Amino acid sequence: MEEKIEKHTIAVLVDNEPGVLARVIGLFSGRGYNIESLTVAEVNNADHLSRITLVTSGTRMVVEQIKAQLDRLVPVHKVHDLTDEGPSVERELALVKVAGTGDRRIEALRLADIFKAKVVDATLTSFVFELTGTTAEVDDFVGLMAQLGLVEASRTGVVAMSKGATGF
Amino acid sequence: MPEQKLTGAQIVIKALKDQGVDIIFGYPGGAVLPIYDAIFQQNDIKHILVRHEQAAVHAAEGYARSTGKVGCVLVTSGPGATNAVTGLLDALCDSIPLVCLSGQVPTHLIGNDAFQEADTTGITRPCTKHNYLVKDVNQLARTMHEAFYVARSGRPGPVLVDIPKDVQFADGTYIPPTEVKHKTYRPQVKPEIARVEEAIELIANAKRPIFYTGGGVVNAGPIAAKLLTQFVKMTGFPITSTLMGLGAFPASDPQWLGMLGMHGTYEANLAMYNCDVMINIGARFDDRVTGKLSEFAPGSKKIHVDIDPSSINKNVAVDIPIVGDAGAVLEDMIRIWKARQKRADQTALKEWWGQVEGWRARNCLNYNRTEAVIKPQYALERLREALRGKNHYVTTEVGQHQMWAAQFLPFDEPNRWMTSGGLGTMGYGLPAAIGAQLAHPDAIVVDVSGEASFLMNMQEIGTAVQYRAPVKIFILNNKYMGMVRQWQELLHGSRYSNSYSEALPDFVKLAESWGCVGLRATTVAEVDEVIEKMLAVTDRPCIIDIAVDPKENCFPMIPGGKAHNEILFGPEDSPSDATPEDGMVLV
Ligand SMILES: Cc1cc2nc3c(=O)[nH]c(=O)nc-3n(C[C@H](O)[C@H](O)[C@H](O)COP(=O)(O)OP(=O)(O)OC[C@H]3O[C@@H](n4cnc5c(N)ncnc54)[C@H](O)[C@@H]3O)c2cc1C
Ligand SMILES: Cc1ncc(C[n+]2csc(CCOP(=O)(O)OP(=O)(O)O)c2C)c(N)n1
Ligand SMILES: [Mg+2]
Repeated sequence: MEEKIEKHTIAVLVDNEPGVLARVIGLFSGRGYNIESLTVAEVNNADHLSRITLVTSGTRMVVEQIKAQLDRLVPVHKVHDLTDEGPSVERELALVKVAGTGDRRIEALRLADIFKAKVVDATLTSFVFELTGTTAEVDDFVGLMAQLGLVEASRTGVVAMSKGATGF
Repeated sequence: MPEQKLTGAQIVIKALKDQGVDIIFGYPGGAVLPIYDAIFQQNDIKHILVRHEQAAVHAAEGYARSTGKVGCVLVTSGPGATNAVTGLLDALCDSIPLVCLSGQVPTHLIGNDAFQEADTTGITRPCTKHNYLVKDVNQLARTMHEAFYVARSGRPGPVLVDIPKDVQFADGTYIPPTEVKHKTYRPQVKPEIARVEEAIELIANAKRPIFYTGGGVVNAGPIAAKLLTQFVKMTGFPITSTLMGLGAFPASDPQWLGMLGMHGTYEANLAMYNCDVMINIGARFDDRVTGKLSEFAPGSKKIHVDIDPSSINKNVAVDIPIVGDAGAVLEDMIRIWKARQKRADQTALKEWWGQVEGWRARNCLNYNRTEAVIKPQYALERLREALRGKNHYVTTEVGQHQMWAAQFLPFDEPNRWMTSGGLGTMGYGLPAAIGAQLAHPDAIVVDVSGEASFLMNMQEIGTAVQYRAPVKIFILNNKYMGMVRQWQELLHGSRYSNSYSEALPDFVKLAESWGCVGLRATTVAEVDEVIEKMLAVTDRPCIIDIAVDPKENCFPMIPGGKAHNEILFGPEDSPSDATPEDGMVLV
């Protein structure tokens, strides 16, 4: 019986203490779970809390297991499955470097404008664009730039949050 | 009033005392010398000097499992900590509460490849329930108390506290356990009542029910075991248990079907296979128990009680999950059962018991009784008779002897039986026996051992001699790594690759060289004799070398990847077609 693979975005609130990220990553590698992206930064300076956003995929049973395993890590405060818990917004930030001259350079700039990417560095032969959007938008933009002299792209991975007035 | 300052080492000792520790198992080294100095200057905590750090952890496990308390270990940095790793993982797999303190190089040298430096928290992260590196002496007391809280709460497990040497020397403030509240860790103990009510309805309407109970009931404590017994008696249902759960329900009770799983009884496994309602309390659907997952109790509704939400729906999808402590859940179950005046369906139950008794009549643990050679099962039957009615504890090593011990030694109480189930660590039994013996000086403690397993931690006889722990090392010597040989017969054409125990010592002389008693039985008639002599020794360890049939195999057996109704009963069942291709890869 082939079970359906689902993609889930999970937000985890943790104590920002040494080793906490290693615990989370070790859990995924040790148990053979997928990580498609992972972002982490401190979100509450006074209480030393960090928020991790994870994108993972697996069967329903595996996704439930991932959440239960995350929740039993001692420094974890809360685990929320944003995919299950109703509408949420997801964003990624990307820096995209493109080198070229002439028409290709003009086309890159035109596309950046359409995607609402900002120029954060420019030389006579290159740009660095900053783009914020959904994973699909960033994929599209990077895909187009690949044909116009893409040098490199650096992406943050997904950060996400539920819609509406209530929070974590 | 000025705050009283203590050194880090003194804080460690004070925290241990305040946590009720009376024994700590350890081995010294440069990075823990300040703590050893503090141990020297007090009398409340007894330090047991082991001969290898792995054994310190197993001894603490034996102590913990036989008392229900948290076991405690002290090791030095680097090799001391790495030697402890196997023990820590063993405790993690079997949910044993431990606190292990390790020394670390001074904070300013961490990361410099200093002498005897190891990334101990990194190495032990997947081998512990949680671990800490304490860099500030003022966090030491809090961390120690948190470590004990985490070790014993929820699903118990080992917690390691890594303490750099400069922190042990530094002066800091002590705080008592009462002032420490953990920020995040609050395992759910009380169940959701609606779920328990659902379970009760299912239980009351069952036609072919079975209780499948595990180590979680032992973890929950002796009161939980009493409640389990009470509830099982109220329902009149059959009950089976995992290797880790033995003793939580009295084996002498007629409702008891014996252990289930790979080497479980025919009646337990067939009752599991044919049940319509399964009540799992504190067991984790281990692969040794389920066999082929797609054919595991195929027609059943399943209730699963577990304190760890990650145990639920991990291997087997269940119908009614109940997160909570086994004791708390059983209390609610009994209350609701009584309040709703439930009674099992007596007609259905009678018919079900009829079926179960039919399976039981197969007498699956029967073996070929002979005068020609000592059968390992016979030796254990005689041991059982000799221990009957006496205050005793049993530990085991890993292998065939372990499974025979599980089959042939009955336990009517929890915390009497200690074995390495999840990790299956050869060398566990002797140090665990020492730990149990030191916790129960007046009891008889037997390590049922194999000659190969015994060699893995036999240095611990030294520990047993030093502390006058009269443990009995009952070696079922078959001259083989019997369990390995059995699998080679089943799966690898009887090619006995490296499974013969060459160059064994003379165990009697070995015992004598330590000043212990050594005994040997080579004939059936001698078995009772050596058991009697062994039980008469009360002031020193005793090694009993029993020359058993080297060819005997452990049955019944469900080969890897097979279902509960595909059981091998003995050598007459052809091993060649026993295991399917995909079962071969299973361990
Ligand atoms: C050679 C060999 C052969 C083996 N053959 C067999 C065999 O034939 N049959 C067999 O059964 N085993 C066998 N085992 C052991 C097996 O590998 C597992 O260790 C064992 O089956 C697990 O037991 P358990 O399910 O009771 O879980 P445990 O490992 O004891 O886990 C306890 C469970 O209870 C939960 N729990 C903990 N505390 C509480 C609480 N307070 N309240 C509620 N729940 C709690 C935990 O979260 C966990 O899920 C064998 C081992 C070896 C080495
Ligand atoms: C540390 C360790 N290494 C290897 C194994 C694999 N193993 C399982 S049982 C066994 C043989 C045990 O032999 P013995 O102690 O003589 O017991 P017997 O099976 O003969 O009763 C081995 C090697 C293990 N469980 N633990
Ligand atoms: Mg052997």
